[in-house]
Amino acid sequence: MIKENSGIRKSDVINRRMFIIGAAKIVIFVGIVARLFSLQINENKKYLTLSDKNRIREWKLPPTRGNIVDYFGNLIAGNLKVYQLHIIPEQVENFNYLLLRLKTLLNLSDKKIQKIVKLKNKLKPWDSIIVSENLSWSQFLKVNNYLYDLVGVKPVMTISRNYPFNEMYTHVLGYVSEPNEEEILENEIVKERFVPGMKIGKLGLEKTLENQLIGINAIQRYEVNAYGKRINQLEHQKGLQGNKIRLTVDTEVQKLSAQLLLDKAGSISVMDIFTGDIIAMYSSPSYDPNLFLFGISHDEWQLIRNNPLKPLINKTLSGLYSPGSTIKPIVALSALENNIINSTFKVKCTGKTELYGQTFHCWKEKGHGYVSLKNAMKQSCDTYFYEVARLLGVDRLKTTAKKFGLGEKVLGQYFDNEKKGLFPNTDWKKNNLGKGWVLGETLITGIGQGYTQTTPLQLCLMTAQIANGGYKIKPKIIVNNNPLSLEDAKTSMELQSLQTPHTKLFNDQKNIKIVQEAMFSSTNEQYGTSYKSRIDDPKYQFAGKTGTAQVKRISMRERELDLKLEQIPYKDRDHALYVAYGPYKNPRYALSIIVEHGGSGSKAAAPMAKELFKLIIDRHDLRDKQTNFENINI
Amino acid sequence: MFQRDRLNSELSFFQKIQELDYTLLICIILLSIASLIVMYSTDGGEILYHTKSHFSKLVVFFPLMILIAFFNIRFWHTFAYIFYSLIIFLLIYVSFFGLKASGSQRWMDLYLFVLQPSELMKIAIILCLAKYYHRIKIENVNTLTSIMIVLTIILLPIILVISQPDLGTSVLIALSGLIILWLGGVKVKYFIYSLITFLISLPFIISFLKPYQKLRILTFLDPDRDPLGAGYQIIQSKIAIGSGGLDGKGFLKGTQSYLDFLPEKHTDFIFTLFSEEFGFIGSVGLLILYTIIIFRIIRIGALSRSNFSKLFCFGFAFSIFIYIVVNLSMVLGLLPIVGSPLPIMSYGGSSMLATMIGFGIVLCAKINHKQTIA
Repeated sequence: MIKENSGIRKSDVINRRMFIIGAAKIVIFVGIVARLFSLQINENKKYLTLSDKNRIREWKLPPTRGNIVDYFGNLIAGNLKVYQLHIIPEQVENFNYLLLRLKTLLNLSDKKIQKIVKLKNKLKPWDSIIVSENLSWSQFLKVNNYLYDLVGVKPVMTISRNYPFNEMYTHVLGYVSEPNEEEILENEIVKERFVPGMKIGKLGLEKTLENQLIGINAIQRYEVNAYGKRINQLEHQKGLQGNKIRLTVDTEVQKLSAQLLLDKAGSISVMDIFTGDIIAMYSSPSYDPNLFLFGISHDEWQLIRNNPLKPLINKTLSGLYSPGSTIKPIVALSALENNIINSTFKVKCTGKTELYGQTFHCWKEKGHGYVSLKNAMKQSCDTYFYEVARLLGVDRLKTTAKKFGLGEKVLGQYFDNEKKGLFPNTDWKKNNLGKGWVLGETLITGIGQGYTQTTPLQLCLMTAQIANGGYKIKPKIIVNNNPLSLEDAKTSMELQSLQTPHTKLFNDQKNIKIVQEAMFSSTNEQYGTSYKSRIDDPKYQFAGKTGTAQVKRISMRERELDLKLEQIPYKDRDHALYVAYGPYKNPRYALSIIVEHGGSGSKAAAPMAKELFKLIIDRHDLRDKQTNFENINI
Repeated sequence: MFQRDRLNSELSFFQKIQELDYTLLICIILLSIASLIVMYSTDGGEILYHTKSHFSKLVVFFPLMILIAFFNIRFWHTFAYIFYSLIIFLLIYVSFFGLKASGSQRWMDLYLFVLQPSELMKIAIILCLAKYYHRIKIENVNTLTSIMIVLTIILLPIILVISQPDLGTSVLIALSGLIILWLGGVKVKYFIYSLITFLISLPFIISFLKPYQKLRILTFLDPDRDPLGAGYQIIQSKIAIGSGGLDGKGFLKGTQSYLDFLPEKHTDFIFTLFSEEFGFIGSVGLLILYTIIIFRIIRIGALSRSNFSKLFCFGFAFSIFIYIVVNLSMVLGLLPIVGSPLPIMSYGGSSMLATMIGFGIVLCAKINHKQTIA
């Protein structure tokens, strides 16, 4: 009985204690459900995102760069299909074997192999390594044939920048190449869109317009497993080609410029005197930008770098030259504007003039006799301009020169290698050289020697602004597809009709007229320095001014010897310059030509203008028709 | 009384079938079906190794469970100490001759399948202690001798299992044992004292843990400290469960699982996969199924006349509950990762065998609920 009792008591204990546990169980289960609820319902979005992040991996493809076309829609920078070879490290079974196979298959150098191994260690296993950026078709076929043996290798068809006109536009467009780390970091857009193998602009418009040209990456999404292996391809997000850029340049004129400057060092710039459109801008010699796309070889690079004609320098924008006699229209204008002289003012040229015991020579040893402004300009009499400059003073001259754009960047915002040049005055010398201005320096400044340094494009702008009647224009090389602001459009119309003054650069337009006439006579009248290069047909008739810039001081001995060009060492020969505008009756285009060490402007530079004007004016109607075009389809 | 005893002890086969707890049986069958479905999903939507193996285990162990149920409960009462001793022997055997895998030695090769004796110990300890507390007088429960004896019964397997090493299973064995002590009437103050002692000695115990065990605890406290290393499992598990949402990603559509982000998805993390594919609704459904099973077992215990049956049923119900709680807390990031399978759902023969034996004895208790045991 006792046993029975104790048994009952024991089961009571068991049951009571079970009840306590049962209650605890319910609490704990409710807790677990609450946890489930918080994970699956409350934080579902967060974990869904995390799960997608786990399984979806994106592969950005290099964006397609925007095309660049000339004024007529000719493609001058486009994209070509290229065949590439990529290695995806995570898919490779035996890396060393693969490299060995590729080495024999594609004749890769040991250096290249080392580079690949280095890249492999740097990149994530699913990032592709580009083994060869530009396979020939036969190499591409070869790789495809052996693909079964090349696990982890992917032949890829991709697009690459291409410059169909090769060296023609290098100094305008620049080129693209793979960016270095700094370049990636300093541009947010490049940083965001960068993928291995992508190229960015390194120079010229390709560089300055990077953000417009770059385009948007296409994105491939793959579902991957925990080991990063691709399982499925998900949706493909299309990329967007970069903006198309239309330039104001005319490839035909550009071509002729290149042809004229063949084997010479120099520059040709052509500008619309009303719109400021740059029709041509060629710096010679140039080099092929296509060479840089897949990494230029050492030999090719050395060849470009060591060329004595300095192809790497954009002479149009960064070449600094004494303007020589091409400055004379500005000196004349400045003197007229300041009422120092008038059109009848005469100076007697005896071939030289003396100042404080120093002799200043005119290029014509025998002298020009009594010369007026017109004759002085026509025959480029130095003595006349010594005298005018002396009377005018350098400070007033600088004011006029500055108005016409000397000493200022012309296209600064688009070319970071453009130089400002220099037009001196007394303050400048005091501040920069710490010495007082000497009157003799005014004299040589008056004939475009001395401290004055100008770029060919500045001279072109200067000429254009004289040609359009003395109005300021804003040179441009890019056509705004969005029409110009109404004001701009009006301005350009006003300029063409010349009914209302825009930003005038003169006090009295008569003065501009006098200078224009003087330039006309220089080209179209007998004894004019560029008379031989004239075109009589009024349709093509142009007015210009030659210039011959000394690169070194001519010693007395040399003056006596009067050496022929060929007898002087190349380095010591004068630069030949020529600025001109035309057609004279109804001007529209201005140009500047410089041939480094070409000798005299009249012999080396002016004849080129003749060729150029023929072509430019012949193409004028075509260009005019093109003005209103909206979309060129390429 | 004697008459009734005899009557009960001589239930016919037909009566036994009638007396089976069909609610419990149906729940077990549903759970088995659910486990096969999930196993099919872990095999990537094909009937491959895991599905086949899991199915064949069910086919063998389910009849075994019924067989166990058809014995007289007295047989299991008699058999309890022997069963416990046998498993102790196997644990000792394993510690000398067991199979080694990933740094621990806890398996023995039985040719047909690999047995993990520590899993069976989870049942054996309940059986053994149930018998002990059935037989001991209530007055003697809190005597020193008694306490020493039960502590020995619990500590012996724990020491053997810890040395394998297998912290998770030994904790579960300890909890299973302690619950019987609790049910058996050991004074509450003893539990409180030992809990205090445990807490005080915790730093000391931690210093004895193996580096990987310490890492697990640290990882539990902050899974983000090494997201690709130690924290990986728990982070991926939470992502899988969380991304399941209300109704899940759909059967065979659990991306975390089929893209191999889930670790050990067949075994300890099986719930993660289930939850990812069937969502909150499915998970709660599964929990309800487990809850019914647990309450059904408790009900059988409550019905039983013998304290042995009561103690076993309550103890087993609690064990099942503990397995579920430990497993779910682990995959939900509420507890450190300790190897602990989800009953029936997880792949693994020994765990299933132990659970089925447990169910068998519970069913046996149901059939013999009027039976008393001397």
